[in-house]
Amino acid sequence: MDSDDGFNSSQVSEDEFMEDQDSDVSLGEDSDFEMDQDDVGFESQDKDIKPSKHAYEIEFTVYSPAQIQSHQDKQIDEVSNILGQPPESTAILLRHARWNKERLIDQYMEKTEETLESAGLGESAENNPPRLEKVKGFVCDICCEDDPDMFTFAMKCGHRFCVDCYKQYLYTKIKDEGEAARIRCPGDGCNRIVDYKSLNLLVSDSLRDRYQELLMRTYVDDRENLRWCPAPNCVYAVQCGVKDRELARVVPTVHCDCGHFFCFGCSLNDHQPAPCSLVKKWLKKCEDDSETANWISANTKECPKCHSTIEKNGGCNHMTCRKCRHEFCWMCMGVWSEHGTSWYNCNRYEEKSGSEARDAQARSRQSLERYLHYYNRYANHEQSAKLDKDIYLKTEKKMTQLQNTTGMSWIEVQFLDSASQALQQCRQTLKWTYAFAYYLARNNLTEIFEDNQKDLELAVENLSEMFEKPIDQLKGLKVEMMDKTSYCTKRRIILLNDTAENLKNGNWDFIVQL
Amino acid sequence: MFASKRLQKELSKMQGKLPPGIEVVKAEDFSEWLMDIKVVDSNPLYAGETYRLKFAFSSNYPIEAPEVVFVQTTDRPIPWHPHIYSNGIICLDLLDRQGWSPVHNVESICVSLQSMLTSNTKKERPPGDENFVRYNTQRPRDISFVFHDNQV
Repeated sequence: MDSDDGFNSSQVSEDEFMEDQDSDVSLGEDSDFEMDQDDVGFESQDKDIKPSKHAYEIEFTVYSPAQIQSHQDKQIDEVSNILGQPPESTAILLRHARWNKERLIDQYMEKTEETLESAGLGESAENNPPRLEKVKGFVCDICCEDDPDMFTFAMKCGHRFCVDCYKQYLYTKIKDEGEAARIRCPGDGCNRIVDYKSLNLLVSDSLRDRYQELLMRTYVDDRENLRWCPAPNCVYAVQCGVKDRELARVVPTVHCDCGHFFCFGCSLNDHQPAPCSLVKKWLKKCEDDSETANWISANTKECPKCHSTIEKNGGCNHMTCRKCRHEFCWMCMGVWSEHGTSWYNCNRYEEKSGSEARDAQARSRQSLERYLHYYNRYANHEQSAKLDKDIYLKTEKKMTQLQNTTGMSWIEVQFLDSASQALQQCRQTLKWTYAFAYYLARNNLTEIFEDNQKDLELAVENLSEMFEKPIDQLKGLKVEMMDKTSYCTKRRIILLNDTAENLKNGNWDFIVQL
Repeated sequence: MFASKRLQKELSKMQGKLPPGIEVVKAEDFSEWLMDIKVVDSNPLYAGETYRLKFAFSSNYPIEAPEVVFVQTTDRPIPWHPHIYSNGIICLDLLDRQGWSPVHNVESICVSLQSMLTSNTKKERPPGDENFVRYNTQRPRDISFVFHDNQV
């Protein structure tokens, strides 16, 4: 039971809540407000100039913290006017209703008192502001102190504790547990939320700042169409209309203003063309299986009769399966009894029973080998992308050197930078094509896909090779390198368009349920 | 400091009187205590057995929940329960961040665990016990259990 569940169950059922969000048409409207004109940088101009969106691209907007804050403030103002509640209370109500203002307004109009109560704003919070009190004969249930001069505090729920304990409690919740909008009364089983005024009375300024920061985070966390950029230290959030249930049909990669490409569906790094659910399966499989599978493949054979996996860790070639007692030769996999006298030195490779056993073995190893085929290529591109990243770091150096030795201008050496970036991006895509392919069932489409994959791979390897060239040759290779870069990019677009379109139309057959 | 003052008071209160089936085994410092609990009614699953609990307190107790696990000794088994793993880790919302309230104390946790056992009729471990016990490296407080069923 996490706090979210607790919150929902006191309000509406989960289903109802989801429905509400889906039907919330205002989300789209909100997003228009002023934001677009605010910040027309190169990014957005670029997007405008592009003739049309590719099939694998989706609509999204990047917001800065200030924009998110003003977005939030504007909604609070608006609802505050409608409800006739002060902005602080409105903010609490909105957070409590997870920023679903239609539902909040409806509820408020219908059952004002209940709505206020459940958000921790019960009756006359206005006329009766929270205050610290000394109470005669009071014993704090947290520290068990009973000093009559001790200041105590309680919210409307009446769970009274000494100020020190209350402060310590809030400090732990905010600092250590990162909670803000839904800090509950310390009383056992009490669901009253600590409101802003009470909090103000109890905590220091620095803690209050942290609290505000966390509150802002909950705004983004609560909205289905907003997501924080997961890059380290990035402060931007991205808005995108792709819903969870659409994730089997689209891979929503977004590009944050900080430069990071990530998936809006799962926040992982860009994993086009593979859909989120396959990515999750694949990563889990690799984590569980890849090393084991590699080892099994390298060090074991299977019993030709019962297919138990056997490791030969010493001894002669005369094997007796522990499980089914089948006797066979480790070298040729044939039945031991047919070995005649040439024991311990198998030269009977052509023996019929042996070759049959080897065939059977090959078949049963196929699924393992199939996985390893895709895994090794996946891992290779991951590794290469890392190496390419090193190259990228060296590229800057190369660019300066190139400027110095050949007298090329800064703008003239930019081709290296774009080549290296294209390389990174293509490797990332290629890597995931292998995970994608692992889960694909064969049909005519897979042939096209594999051709696209092959073309991209070839283009990438060609470009990657050119990076190895010494500085003095690079100048002469400029045109060729630029060509190769744009060819790589083009091949990537072709591949992604093909996969995205077929995904959207449900044309792929996967060997697992998405 | 926060914790020791409170634990001191809890201890002196417990030395006065404890509910039936609960005993302090060791409480020499303010970081780790051992308690013994018995199920006092006649639930055949737990009849005649005593279980040992280890409480680990952070300096921020009782604002933070203590870490509570069953420990096994020669005469103290781990009780059967669909929410108790065979390594003694307990999945109880009370001990989780979300369910904990600083109003709880050692005694009330023991009482809750007693009643959790009393009402149980299944001689079972949680699903996935074997894997969890083998692979879990997290401390109990950092595991996010899914409290999916509040029936047992």
